[in-house]
Amino acid sequence: MSPVIEVVNLQKVYGSGATAVRALRGVDLSVQTGEYLAIMGASGSGKSTLLNLIGCLDVPSGGSYRLDGIDVGSLNERQLSLLRNRKIGFIFQSYNLVPRTSALSNVELPLVYAGLGRKERRLRARAALDLVGLTDRARHLPSELSGGQQQRVAVARALVNAPAIVLADEPTGNLDSESTAEVLAVFDRLNALGRTIVVITHEDDVAWHAQRTVRVTDGRIVSDTALQGAWAAR
Amino acid sequence: MNVIEILRFAVRGLAANKLRSSLTTLGITIGVGAVILLVAVGSGASAAVEQSIAGLGTNVLTVTRQGGGFGGAGNNSGSTRQLTVDDAKSLVDPLGAPDVQAASPVVSTSATAVYGGFSHDVPQFTGTYPAYFETTNSPLSSGAAFTDDDVTQARRVVVLGATAAQDLFGAEDPLGQQVLVNSIQFTVVGVLASKGANGLQNADDSAVAPLPAVQNSITGYGGLNQIVVQAKSADAVTAAQAEVTAILNARHRIAANRASDFRILNPSQLLAARTETTQTFTVLLGAVAAISLLVGGIGVTNIMLVTVTERIREIGIRKAIGATRSAILGQFLAEATLLSLFGGLLGVAVGVIGSQFRIVGIEPVVAPASIPLAFGVSALIGLFFGSYPASRAASLRPIEALRHE
Repeated sequence: MSPVIEVVNLQKVYGSGATAVRALRGVDLSVQTGEYLAIMGASGSGKSTLLNLIGCLDVPSGGSYRLDGIDVGSLNERQLSLLRNRKIGFIFQSYNLVPRTSALSNVELPLVYAGLGRKERRLRARAALDLVGLTDRARHLPSELSGGQQQRVAVARALVNAPAIVLADEPTGNLDSESTAEVLAVFDRLNALGRTIVVITHEDDVAWHAQRTVRVTDGRIVSDTALQGAWAAR
Repeated sequence: MNVIEILRFAVRGLAANKLRSSLTTLGITIGVGAVILLVAVGSGASAAVEQSIAGLGTNVLTVTRQGGGFGGAGNNSGSTRQLTVDDAKSLVDPLGAPDVQAASPVVSTSATAVYGGFSHDVPQFTGTYPAYFETTNSPLSSGAAFTDDDVTQARRVVVLGATAAQDLFGAEDPLGQQVLVNSIQFTVVGVLASKGANGLQNADDSAVAPLPAVQNSITGYGGLNQIVVQAKSADAVTAAQAEVTAILNARHRIAANRASDFRILNPSQLLAARTETTQTFTVLLGAVAAISLLVGGIGVTNIMLVTVTERIREIGIRKAIGATRSAILGQFLAEATLLSLFGGLLGVAVGVIGSQFRIVGIEPVVAPASIPLAFGVSALIGLFFGSYPASRAASLRPIEALRHE
């Protein structure tokens, strides 16, 4: 079975000349379908850069990346948009919901861009909100929701297109311990349903939920350990 | 991503900032309203001019003395002859001037008319022949015009203009009453129908009497002020003008290579000149209005740029979850176009409603073409002035947009 994410010698350089910053110095990583991967590292280690490249939000300076068998480097802007829409669900540290737009409409948004009809969208968005336990908050605006609830809406939005991978960039960074537990519980449930999840964190208890932990330092992977924490305990 | 979705996003975006959206709309409203209204005022003015000149009669030539009172006592004055009653009579000549229907000698002066306790200054007291009424297209509203017999007998009868009659007699019937014109008694035999004011002169503030009576009692027996010539038809005016020129040149002994000592005013030439003037006027007004529309359009660009800057993060989010370049472009273009279309719609309403009122004495005439034109231009303005901010939004890279604070 081919890996859903296959990264070979991935490099990213910001700026040029004397001020150039080499954020990634050749990363090799492959992730199988159904894996729950945590990427850990100090701030500035390049872990967010790696996730942005995997999420097709940014383009690498070198190396190759195949997502679900597709060579991302050969795609144009429009195809990248479609790829983000169909294959990737992205969750941000700061939730990034569209303001002044209800939770339900936020969750519907990827389906709008996918070109789905109104009825179908409603149905799937409601199902996604059910999954994160926010059925009764569908009509609320982001400003009327707590941080944990907003993040769960964001998770629902990341899921609604049934993407190949769910990427989360410090999803619990802004949350209290109770909300953190809620979001992590959702992740556990998703993974149990077979979703591939890649999460960035610098909190050990978040990484503890993952099946495999990758540590990044100075733009390189320094360790890759499987079956720790909750998985080892099972 | 269909059109309805794009419009829904656009409406939501605009509704998020109602004050800003409505002020931007106002800019376009003023622009479109100004175009429609000012062009309507321009065409109203030219319609009024055309009507007033047509009111003079398009088949009428007016002969006046050239250079009288100018040039001092130099050798010019010797060659400048007065226009005489005989000149006028000579123009009605079926052989020499087959295109001339009638010619009326005219003297005119200002005079003071008094009736009862009321005094009224008539700026245009005219002495002429009966043909004058038909020639100058001046029907009577009551009574009858004076006759050739009145002229021969030099009877002191007068036909009053509508304004003069109103001022002197009010509700009273003026027919048969005696008025004192510069202390000479005249009997009112008729009242002219109102022609309406045009330009500087009120054509209704006048009085018309038989030529000999006026010369006799008011102006004296000097030269004529004018000879009013009626051509057989509007098409015969140019031919009539040539015939009149030839006859008067002969009578005044003007050599072929010398300038005439009289001047012939042709209303159709006048009409052409005035029409040209009012067209220039309309174009000028339209240009001013177009500038305000342009300013409104720049307002749209400005506000859309602000909106895009303000919503960079939102654009980043949308791109991160898979919005294509064209989806973002469509959303912001739709916002700009909705703004200006809505403004254009209001502007059309403002322009059409405003045209129902008199503006500086002009009855505006809405040019039908100006409505779709202004409306279409406002839609184009939305597309044109919105395209720069929208393409800026669409070309943002998702990661940079998301990092924007």
